[in-house]
Amino acid sequence: MKAIVWQGANRVGVETVPDPTLLLPTDAIIRVTSTAICGSDLHLLDGVIPSMEKGDILGHEFMGEVVEVGRDVRRLKVGDRVVVPFNISCGVCDPCRRGLFSACDNSNPNHRMAEALYGGVSGGGLFGYSHMYGGYAGGQAQYVRVPFADVGPHRIESDLRDEQVLFLTDIFPTGYQAAENCGIVPGRDVVAVFGAGPVGQFAARSAQMLGAAHVIVIDRVPERLAMAEAAGCQVINYEQEDVLVALRESTGGRGPDHVIDAVGMEAHGHGPGALVDTAKQRLKLSFDRITALRWALLSCAKGGTVSLPGVYGGLIDKVPMGAAFAKGLTFKMGQTHTHRHIAPLLSRIEAGEIDPSFVITHRASLDDAPDLYRTFRDKQGGCIKVVLNPWG
Amino acid sequence: MSEDRSTPPPEGSTTPTEPQTDAAGQLPALERSVMGSVGVALMGAGLRSARPIQKLVLGSVGAGLAAMAATGRNPLATALKIRQTPQGEVLVSDAVTIGKPADDLYRVWRDLAGLPRLMTHLKAVEALGGRRSRWTVEAPTGTVSWEADLTADEPGRRIAWAALPGAAVENHGEVLFRPAPGDRGTEVVVRLAYRPPGGSAGAIAARLFGEEPAQQLRDDLMRFKREQELGFAPTTEGQSSARAGGQA
Ligand SMILES: [Zn+2]
Ligand SMILES: [Zn+2]
Repeated sequence: MKAIVWQGANRVGVETVPDPTLLLPTDAIIRVTSTAICGSDLHLLDGVIPSMEKGDILGHEFMGEVVEVGRDVRRLKVGDRVVVPFNISCGVCDPCRRGLFSACDNSNPNHRMAEALYGGVSGGGLFGYSHMYGGYAGGQAQYVRVPFADVGPHRIESDLRDEQVLFLTDIFPTGYQAAENCGIVPGRDVVAVFGAGPVGQFAARSAQMLGAAHVIVIDRVPERLAMAEAAGCQVINYEQEDVLVALRESTGGRGPDHVIDAVGMEAHGHGPGALVDTAKQRLKLSFDRITALRWALLSCAKGGTVSLPGVYGGLIDKVPMGAAFAKGLTFKMGQTHTHRHIAPLLSRIEAGEIDPSFVITHRASLDDAPDLYRTFRDKQGGCIKVVLNPWG
Repeated sequence: MSEDRSTPPPEGSTTPTEPQTDAAGQLPALERSVMGSVGVALMGAGLRSARPIQKLVLGSVGAGLAAMAATGRNPLATALKIRQTPQGEVLVSDAVTIGKPADDLYRVWRDLAGLPRLMTHLKAVEALGGRRSRWTVEAPTGTVSWEADLTADEPGRRIAWAALPGAAVENHGEVLFRPAPGDRGTEVVVRLAYRPPGGSAGAIAARLFGEEPAQQLRDDLMRFKREQELGFAPTTEGQSSARAGGQA
């Protein structure tokens, strides 16, 4: 089959690799009909993610049709059309039973790598996102092996197009969870979203769906700001305005009740990329990567919430904790518990509350993916979100 | 209130970036932050490296730097993760929570002959009748074996054992089974103590040659948890990739 393969730093290519096979009786094989490039994939491209190996198949946003199931798979049948969460969860451990699917105890075969860095615990595995997160082959391919097939994949029974449901696998739940974590009081709370990339866009629209009185989106890329503005958000271009002053003015001096930092390490992925990136930035004494986090803490209203949908992978410093303490802020963060959001968000799509395909700017075949990785990274041609057809 | 007496920055200002020395006269903050970052980067590089030596060196140096950054103290003891009693015994312990009743887990451990399935460094355990058993492990120098006695056997709660005096590797250990709060199952705690041949130098040498009892115990406990909770171990062995042979 054809697959997008990590070939080393800044080298992503299309290669012919063996078709995946069932490795365990709880696996399924999916024929991928649509897949996407995520912002966090860019940091695999950069080669800053530890524990990538040449030849790894990339991709963690994908959907398709079940073509084979292991003998212990009960819920899925050949022919089912499914979206597959980017995180892999066992469904039976304590975190999974509590709905903390991304914190699964059991799905990462390489738990010791993450344990060495994160205080003796590891999260669950991820598709196509380094060996530290399990080393699972990804979904930017014609077929993919899906472990724990009765736990992750969610059947799509309506005739919604792929493009309307594909983002249920990652960026929609990720943006939604970021907004949900704010505990928005409908009709009262003002929410600011730093970063108008795909996750920021979904966070802003989710904040609206959850009843925010006003949503403010901060970025510097005109196309991204225009997309947020089209959804009815106020926008601030931080290259043209002093963000902190503009936010005070927009909120009567209170500051936004909740601030979502969808930049931080989202630009670095929701994987461990931040780890080495942060280290490099620290060596160069360049602190720009946490500017958004610093702004978030400084701008947030008293008693507010700072919600981090992106990832902070390593150590950061020069964080204004004094401001956070003085204002009594709450921090909410972590990898998305995708599984628990899919059904409710699918209902919202079916009800016509939101059509997630708004975020797509580029469509291409797998063969074009290496070029589009660069287009996306460099934000050329108005690129916000790329969807790939593995069979096109 | 915090013990730090520096004044907070005025509202709206950016944070200061100049290095600071903390009151206790430990490493300056900036140096520590650089050290921490390099340390984490090296740990990452060490984990990623396919070559064992590089993995060890990068990993250890990285862990050392990160530890130094975190504690502001010398890293060597922490980096090698060797815990010792004043009597010169090496201690290894770890714990895991498993979603099963304590009685079930106790029964699996109490079957001494089955222990090598749980603890991979064990080659064999034979029950000799009564409280006595013979334990065999694979060592760099060949197999080593000794006799041990059960020193405690409390069904559903605790199993303890000790090697008879004069064993090649003096050791003792225990496994505790404690109900976890709420409906989370059972906390399994394993504590092992042994006197390495060659004292602490021997322990360091063993560590450098790739014997990592703490990691081995951790891996064993995680394998046990997965066997009990899932009935199998998750794997990527044999999956598709673009590496030679097309397998992962
Ligand atoms: Zn993603
Ligand atoms: Zn789980």
